[in-house]
Amino acid sequence: MPKPVRPLTALLFSALVHSATQAAEAQVAVAANFAEPIKAIAAVLEKTTGHTLKITLGSTGKLYAQIRNGAPFDVLLAADTKTPEALEKDGLAQPGSRFTYATGKLVLWSADASKVDAQGEVLKSAGLRKLAYAAPKVAPYGAAAVQAMDKLGLAAALAPKLVQGESIGQTFSFVYTGNADVGFVALSQVLEGGKLKSGSMWVVPQTLYSPIRQDAVVLKKAAGNEAAQALVKLLQSPNIQDLIRSYGYGI
Amino acid sequence: MPLTASDLQAIWLTLQVATLTTVILALIGTPLAWWLARTRSWLKTPLGTLVALPIVLPPSVLGFYLLVAMGPNGPVGHWTASWGLGYLPFTFPGLVVASVFYSLPFMVQPVHNAMEAMGARPLEVAASLRASRLDTFFSVVLPLCRPGLVTGAIMSFAHTVGEFGVVLMVGGNIPGVTRVVSVQIYDHVEAMEYGDAHRLAAVMLGFSFVCLLALQLYNHRHKRRAA
Repeated sequence: MPKPVRPLTALLFSALVHSATQAAEAQVAVAANFAEPIKAIAAVLEKTTGHTLKITLGSTGKLYAQIRNGAPFDVLLAADTKTPEALEKDGLAQPGSRFTYATGKLVLWSADASKVDAQGEVLKSAGLRKLAYAAPKVAPYGAAAVQAMDKLGLAAALAPKLVQGESIGQTFSFVYTGNADVGFVALSQVLEGGKLKSGSMWVVPQTLYSPIRQDAVVLKKAAGNEAAQALVKLLQSPNIQDLIRSYGYGI
Repeated sequence: MPLTASDLQAIWLTLQVATLTTVILALIGTPLAWWLARTRSWLKTPLGTLVALPIVLPPSVLGFYLLVAMGPNGPVGHWTASWGLGYLPFTFPGLVVASVFYSLPFMVQPVHNAMEAMGARPLEVAASLRASRLDTFFSVVLPLCRPGLVTGAIMSFAHTVGEFGVVLMVGGNIPGVTRVVSVQIYDHVEAMEYGDAHRLAAVMLGFSFVCLLALQLYNHRHKRRAA
């Protein structure tokens, strides 16, 4: 056997043994608003257990459609309670595996530090050019934004200024690049360590929209997947709940 | 098999974008193809490569750069704003600009090929008859290259109608302004309105088939006539 091959074989062999005995991998579908926290949580999971996550981000509605059509996810972290419930009814989720991992908050945000005032009066200003929100049919944060605009009595006035992102992630990109001067996004997208990362924001009062309770559900495919089990356990642990709160969620 | 009012609106909008894009591409693409076919400049190869890029680039790359470039912090955005035109994302003109980039090679390449295939001989004949350059271009080059122009126009039109990723990224999904057919179908699927999705998708399939069929028939007939 030529010399260089031996270490390689050894490496391959050890990798095989390693994956067979300990580290499992779970495919997780995650609502786009939870993108930042799930990355941090995946890092904690890998560090403490060796298990890894494969993360797919999207709007809750899109992820639901993908799961219905056979997408191989182990866990869904939705942005609502309706979707996990529906998956259970469809027989695609493990019964009784649903739990609330976060309660989301809606925020009006601009990349411009002086654009959004503390009362959200900017919504009434004539200088407002484009207002981004997520497609309400598939993104719960978009539906919440519609509720808030209705309650404020501004729906008709704002209609010509609206642009729609496919998910809260795309909506954020519209505002972040300055193409929309303000947008309804998730508080978690603009906070880091409990502080506003950049720009200006108005945290939309929770009286203006129904609470965005975000439920997780374990899917049928995850049976026997240790990484999925570990993730569910981790999400309910006090340390991780503190971490989730630091992104502006309630629990 | 009724289409909804918003489906019809999306179809109408798509036809407008595709028509305008094709006209603009014919105006920009034909001289560009001519220049590429005749020039000996060292710029020929890099520019030809640049024109071909949209064929291989993912629409997400094109869409992302257009979103950044045309926004308030991008160079194009600065320029359009300084001319009082506002910013292009989420607007109909923005969609047309994006489509022109996206479909550019589909116009330039067939025209360019036809011009190269024509060779230098007709130009020499025209020159010996003392035709001016402009006259040669309109009375000799364009008629001889008609199959290339027709192919380019049909391909640009069809390709723009089928555009999806770029529109999704710079469009903002506004009904009547940027929500073209492909995005409307995507919307139906996302919302699990599969019946609506089916109907509109079938229209799209039929349209694409007819476009390519017409192109094939035209080319066959032209070849037979040329033979």
